Amino acid sequence: MISEIGHFTLLLALAVAAYQTIVPQWGAWRNDAVLMASASVAALLQLALLLISFAALTHAYLTSDFSVLNVAENSHSMKPLLYKISGVWGNHEGSMLLWVAILALFGAAVAVFGRNLPDTTKARILSVQGSVGLAFLIFIAAASNPFLRLMPPPVEGNGLNPILQDPALAFHPPFLYAGYVGLSIAFSFAVAALIEGRVDAAWARWVRPWTLVSWALLTIGIGMGAWWAYYELGWGGFWFWDPVENASLMPWLIATALLHSAIVVEKRGALKIWTILLSILAFSLSLVGTFLVRSGILTSVHAFAVDPARGTFILAILAVFVGGSLTLFAVRAPSLKTGGLFATVSREGGLVLNNLLLSAACTAVFFGTLYPLALETLTGDKISVGPPYFNLTFGPIFLPLLLLMPLGTMLTWKRADVLNALRRLWWAAAAALAITLLVLVLTVRGPWLAPLGIAMGFWLIFGAAADIFQRAGIGSQPVHIAWARFKGLPRSAFGTALAHGGLGVMVIGIIVLSLWKEEHITSIKPGESIPVAGYTVVFKGIEPLSGPNYDGILGRFDIMKDKALVKDVVSEKRQFRPRGMPTTEVGLYQGFWGDVYVVLGDAASDGTYVVRASFNPMASFIWLGAFIMFMGGILSLTDRRLRIGVPKRAAAAPNAAPQPAE
Amino acid sequence: MTRKQTRTAVILASLAILGIAAGLILYAIRDTIVFFYTPSEIAEKAVQPGTRLRLGGLVEQGTFVQGENAMYSFAVTDTLKSMKVTYKGQLPDLFREGQGVVAEGTLQGDGTMLADTVLAKHDEKYMPKDVADKLKEKGVWQEGQTTAQ
Repeated sequence: MISEIGHFTLLLALAVAAYQTIVPQWGAWRNDAVLMASASVAALLQLALLLISFAALTHAYLTSDFSVLNVAENSHSMKPLLYKISGVWGNHEGSMLLWVAILALFGAAVAVFGRNLPDTTKARILSVQGSVGLAFLIFIAAASNPFLRLMPPPVEGNGLNPILQDPALAFHPPFLYAGYVGLSIAFSFAVAALIEGRVDAAWARWVRPWTLVSWALLTIGIGMGAWWAYYELGWGGFWFWDPVENASLMPWLIATALLHSAIVVEKRGALKIWTILLSILAFSLSLVGTFLVRSGILTSVHAFAVDPARGTFILAILAVFVGGSLTLFAVRAPSLKTGGLFATVSREGGLVLNNLLLSAACTAVFFGTLYPLALETLTGDKISVGPPYFNLTFGPIFLPLLLLMPLGTMLTWKRADVLNALRRLWWAAAAALAITLLVLVLTVRGPWLAPLGIAMGFWLIFGAAADIFQRAGIGSQPVHIAWARFKGLPRSAFGTALAHGGLGVMVIGIIVLSLWKEEHITSIKPGESIPVAGYTVVFKGIEPLSGPNYDGILGRFDIMKDKALVKDVVSEKRQFRPRGMPTTEVGLYQGFWGDVYVVLGDAASDGTYVVRASFNPMASFIWLGAFIMFMGGILSLTDRRLRIGVPKRAAAAPNAAPQPAE
Repeated sequence: MTRKQTRTAVILASLAILGIAAGLILYAIRDTIVFFYTPSEIAEKAVQPGTRLRLGGLVEQGTFVQGENAMYSFAVTDTLKSMKVTYKGQLPDLFREGQGVVAEGTLQGDGTMLADTVLAKHDEKYMPKDVADKLKEKGVWQEGQTTAQ
């Protein structure tokens, strides 16, 4: 019964989305205030309906209602509660429902917080937003309905893919989806601006917080995905340049570029056309990502959905939205007024370079991800494009970006003096080099590239600090004045510094882990040990294992240093009951300077086990860096000037009546 | 600096960066891609020793040998031809005889492969898509063997 309600509200939401697409757009042409105002009502109604629908599906999962096909295929009554909930989006149909629900959430947020938007703009934005929702709701209703019944209902469900049964992965998709889908707002703003033919500073101020929300969510979502890959897949890597990972990286790169170019539009009125294009591209890449992940076109460790009909459907949606918006762009962009004169060496110039490098990096990833698909379609040859390709292309493009980042924040608007900017950064460069020399003196092991990477990371961290110091006048002003100015700095200044510094922390983690990792794979018996990077991993023994929905064996290991116990860890080999699928759980000791990572392997007939022990130096810096970047984004969002909905184009009545919910 | 000069500078910089990026991409794609073959194709195409490639097929029954210190060897077959693979490391959870496997490594002079990566599928229901496609081409794969959802 409850599933039928969910099914019904899903179809109602489709009807509301159709209304939201057509009527407000018509109202904006006719300049009919009533029709335009109905857009907000429709957006809120659509959210309410989809929340009911989503709640109904969640209810089916919680009560293990196996008469619902989707639940029977993807859940199991003995699954822990957390994974019953995460199971809702751990499959194709449920994740698409989550996708449109988040889309509706963003649409409703524009309806609620966008009170200061001009009526026509707001109606058009909500109309575009509604059209995206409409397309995906048709897709769900036609080809991915999560509420289909199964008669007769089976006694037990198939269970969720065991590698998805993990806390980090339970919440990775909602964050990532929120990031993907949040970019639809920037897209809707851009399309609305193209229809209206007006892009100004106010437009950029409206777009920025939405882009910032998406960017922060994408950052933390990608970070969680990397963390999951690191400890759940058991290979000790965190990024495989897998097409699905690339699918999330590409929108992130363009969102980062958009975040920076929107500043130029807001402050200087330049780069308007480019910023519009980036808004369209960012969401287009989200759609490409959705297509890659959901169509099953990829041979990928993440390919859970395999259905060509769905792929064609999503491809059609992709073609309509990307093709349509780019056509509109081609027609309307030349009519946008450009403005804002700037010298090549200036803050604007620096941000242009930032955008060029980010776009180039995205192009390299795009090409490497799609070339194998294109080649296979055209010639039938199967190839794999792996890490060597990405290291060779992404690396050299990203390197100058990192190198120039602290310099860019020091440049002044309109016209800048590089020498002057460098003078403010000399101490950051000196400190980064000093730390690197110290590292070289204390620990010389492994490739020489690592100390350079560390220098780069510290250059970013100190560069971010130098930006704050410069703005507050620390070092050039008396202490009390500097302190007062420091306290008076806008939160976005600290947000920027955190995001840039966090990237530095992450760069250190990535470089050091990639180049200084130490790994030993040996067959040992209980009682024997493996030395790794100053630690000794002692194999204590094997015990049988029994979990709520799996059995297996576990290996106990003591991680020792200088004959003292650091931590006892357990590596498990689980055999999941519903599917009989094996997984491995890593034994992990996380220290500040690095992780000891122990994986129990297969048993041999002579009583030995293959054990892999590795020391992953500074691995935590990667997740810490991503978290700092995320916090930087959130801190910027709390800045008064960037708060969603605050900016006004013209003086409007601040006490506009709130929209009724229904 | 006039608007025109700035625009020219920006356009030149863009072209330079995009040119370098395009150059890198083209260079990298030529040198770093790895072709995917089945054992029969390696024989047909006379792939040279030293070539880096991906080999896909089924782990042949009765060929799996566990050696000292996590050294393994097994044969990969597409049921027409088979090829010996040696590998040091931990095998994936789903690795077993009769199951689909993809090994990446270099072709040795003696016609075996020294693999540094071995992949099995994360879901037992699937065999690697690459392998299934290739096996279908060879006509040894029957539809219905997978229950892909």
